[in-house]
Amino acid sequence: MKTIVGYRRYHPGTQPDYNYPPYASTQKRCPTQPLVLPPQTLSEITGPIFGFGDVKPTDNDLTRQHKGDPIGERIIVSGRVLDENGRPVPHTLVEIWQANSTGRYPHPTDQHNAPLDPNFSGAGRTVTDAEGRYRFITIRPGEYPWRNHYNAWRPAHIHFSLFGQAFLTRMVTQMYFPGDPLLPYDPMFTCIANEAARNRLVSVFDWETTIPEQALGYRFDVVLRGREQTPMEKMP
Amino acid sequence: MSLLATGSQTVGPYLHIGLKWLTTVDIAGKGIKGERVAIAGRLIDGDGNGVNDGLIEIWQANSQGKYAHPEDTQKKPLEKGWRGFGRIPTDAKGGFRFTTIKPGRVPSPDGRLQAPHLVVAIFMRGMLRQLATRIYFPDEAAANAEDPILKLVPAARRTTLIPKSKGKALEWNIVLQGRNETVFFDY
Repeated sequence: MKTIVGYRRYHPGTQPDYNYPPYASTQKRCPTQPLVLPPQTLSEITGPIFGFGDVKPTDNDLTRQHKGDPIGERIIVSGRVLDENGRPVPHTLVEIWQANSTGRYPHPTDQHNAPLDPNFSGAGRTVTDAEGRYRFITIRPGEYPWRNHYNAWRPAHIHFSLFGQAFLTRMVTQMYFPGDPLLPYDPMFTCIANEAARNRLVSVFDWETTIPEQALGYRFDVVLRGREQTPMEKMP
Repeated sequence: MSLLATGSQTVGPYLHIGLKWLTTVDIAGKGIKGERVAIAGRLIDGDGNGVNDGLIEIWQANSQGKYAHPEDTQKKPLEKGWRGFGRIPTDAKGGFRFTTIKPGRVPSPDGRLQAPHLVVAIFMRGMLRQLATRIYFPDEAAANAEDPILKLVPAARRTTLIPKSKGKALEWNIVLQGRNETVFFDY
């Protein structure tokens, strides 16, 4: 058995605390005892592997899941999955889900007074290519109210779930849109203390992936945890 | 090159829209060797209420102690169709149940063997970053006693990682806060 090459601990400020009082629901759902810090073992540096056989090629197009077109602004969301060392994470599963263009989820507990769209379910998935690239076609999700605090509204967002290559690289995050005025009020966004890391959650408008007369492009790169040691690289 | 990692965010209350397609409550399909076990319990919040919008994910070795992953280079057999992944949503009362096979022992970094265990990730609304824990087995007292990870856990809290035999299933509850709070790991 080769020696274990572990994953570096996350840089301070890039990950939220379990107890974050501005997000009220964390109060009864965060651990109160100190976490135990064990060494990383084979059990954690491995993780489930999913591939092209697990998804259909059309699973990345959320606008083609029903008979008609969903209502809303069609967008292309694409980017790369990388690690903290800047290396692409190839052939890894990316799952997304989101509200429709009115800010409503087709879910029994979502009682927001906004219309459902019979042509939009809001879920997709894909597997990154050899360079870590992924691409989704969807519609821009709407903002919606929630009851965390007075006059609370979630900024428009798309949920992302990624596996990477290990149990330790598992990541669920949210993508936001550039210039959204709700971001500074949103505890999900503000829970990331490091400003640069926080801004990594905001996609950028991408003229180059925009399709003329069809859809605006947004680029969203996701950076997963990186390896402790990496093979020697040539100095420039 | 050094990039800042993307920050974790909660799965929110509508997680099942995106994640239910991969629900896997029977981790070991037909033809997979090993001792069959069922594990059931509840995910319980700080008020003692069941968490009805939670999700647990399992990662485990096969009965030989081999992971279906290229970095497990042990010369041990791996059955076709074995992945070792489970994704189990909680129900309206916070309950969950899954079946699998008891994994074999896998090496620890010091070269000795770990006790049979499952690694567990827990997701829910109200949690900004998944929690990690482990499930050990009650009939492995000797292996548990020498397990290098369990040894790091304060003795009085080790029982939170070991289910109890109850009827045909092993009962294992995830207690987020308070007395009997489950041990969670930070790697």
